[in-house]
Amino acid sequence: MITVSDKVLMKGNEAIAEAAIIAGCRHYFGYPITPQTEVAAYMAKRMPKIGGCFLQAESEIAAINMVYGVASTGKRVMTSSSSPGISLKGEGLSYLAGSDLPALVVNVQRGGPGLGGIQPSQSDYFQATRAGGHGDFKMIVLAPASVQEMAELTVKGFDLADKYRMTTMLLADGTMGQMMEPVALNELKVGAPVEKPWATTGTKLEREHNIVNSLFLDPAALEQTNFERFDRYKTIEENETMYEEYLMDDADIAIAAFGIAARVSKNAIDEARKDGIKVGMIRPITLWPFPVVPFRKAADQVKAMISVELSMGQMIEDVRLATECKVPVTLCNRVGGMIPSPEQVLESIRTAAAKIGGAN
Amino acid sequence: MKDFTRFSRPAGIAKQKKPMRDFKRITLLCGHYGSGKTNVAVNLAVALRERYPRVAVADLDIVNPYFRSKDSRGQFEDLGIRLICSEYANTNVDLPALPQDMYAVTDDKDLRVVIDVGGDDRGALALGRIAPRILEEKDYEMLAVINASRPLTRTPQDTVDVLREIEAAGGIPFTGIVNNTNLGRETDPDVIFDSVSYAETVSNLMSIPVVMTSVPKEIFPKLQGKIENLFPLELQKKL
Repeated sequence: MITVSDKVLMKGNEAIAEAAIIAGCRHYFGYPITPQTEVAAYMAKRMPKIGGCFLQAESEIAAINMVYGVASTGKRVMTSSSSPGISLKGEGLSYLAGSDLPALVVNVQRGGPGLGGIQPSQSDYFQATRAGGHGDFKMIVLAPASVQEMAELTVKGFDLADKYRMTTMLLADGTMGQMMEPVALNELKVGAPVEKPWATTGTKLEREHNIVNSLFLDPAALEQTNFERFDRYKTIEENETMYEEYLMDDADIAIAAFGIAARVSKNAIDEARKDGIKVGMIRPITLWPFPVVPFRKAADQVKAMISVELSMGQMIEDVRLATECKVPVTLCNRVGGMIPSPEQVLESIRTAAAKIGGAN
Repeated sequence: MKDFTRFSRPAGIAKQKKPMRDFKRITLLCGHYGSGKTNVAVNLAVALRERYPRVAVADLDIVNPYFRSKDSRGQFEDLGIRLICSEYANTNVDLPALPQDMYAVTDDKDLRVVIDVGGDDRGALALGRIAPRILEEKDYEMLAVINASRPLTRTPQDTVDVLREIEAAGGIPFTGIVNNTNLGRETDPDVIFDSVSYAETVSNLMSIPVVMTSVPKEIFPKLQGKIENLFPLELQKKL
């Protein structure tokens, strides 16, 4: 059993950095941007002491291409940024996908579009789950809702990236990055190392050259790489979905929320339950693959759903697709760096309850 | 400028039973990033306000734009505490700028000041401008805020290394230690008890005393009389 003194008090951003080091990452490339700069600051302090490499690149674009280079050698590698910086990395994300390279990319989101602000947001959901860059590709997208999960999902993110030879994106927000909570680092479990026969580690004159490349001028060959990649995506959809259910057993109303929105929603649900409203929550932990199964199941049980988001309504589309629009889904949101209050979510729950006659 | 000297003792602040130790005119709070400097600064200012008519908090944090004492300006005004902070904080030109009225800290000799310095050696660089004046006046304390639960200051030696960097950057030697060891909401008496020998070791390595051990006010009664110089802290929501 762990005692409280085994825990450390960490910012979410620091937890990401330390967990990455625990997971065996010794290469970090980044460029400062609020609200994720502590990841870089922590790496700058720690990496030189453990024989790792911290490098502040001249830009986000340079950093993601350094990630491409290290990933080609099969070493665990990471970069982090916040929304505008992730847009800059878009080209690199596409090239990583086209070359089937594993990497961990962290996005501690802030309000947008454009330079936007520095306060928390979840408005990069589409970018992360639909179009991180050009071409047909996916990233595994993990959404932590506590500082402990920031650490756990960082480790998990490296393991998944290696297992499926692709990018994992840790999609957090400014709140998650900046808040401080106790973390049990000794509870982190790192998966067994994955063989990487494709890595460019030197032939030692014993094998053919490995070539890392995303250029395929022969359309038939390019089509084949896309087909193979999407077969892999199918395996991931079947095996790697993660979610948490909260008070869903008897629920008439289901909230869909991830990250900070899920924490706020939990408080609102507890309040609504006191009034006898049967409301629960499905919290996606993988945003891609989206947890379709629990939502499909819930669609036959609940009479209404509410998507609570720090965006103008992005995940709500996945909720509607997963439930095949069998139940009405309403949006409860704030944007631009604002966070929905528990009272606002409670109001949405009451409105939904009144419509379905679920309150008593 | 609002005249904060006309405020009487703010309502809702209970008198401390045991009188607080004496503080110099200027109290500087420095420490590792995230050690809890701002929270200690605000609580200390509130405690000083009970004794002195004119108290100010100076926010010299040029490192982190995410948490600003300016967010709580109204709260400070209610307490009759003057806030010295950059006019640009929380605006579109939130540059690492120092406050325009920063020299009030050294020029206004009737003012009791708590200076909240940014984290690490980079934060302490901001002291450069006023350090000579503070040293000349000789009515200051330079306190190191330490937290054994923070990942990069878990051992006394690591902590001392960070503090030495801060001293070198700020140009003012430390004179005392504030043991602010805490695990956020999971802080219990054991966390504080366990930290006592850590703080004493830092104290011995630096040859400066532990001037106070801060504890959340909820567990203050459990520790009262068991640890010297206990200081009850109220957690600020967003500072």
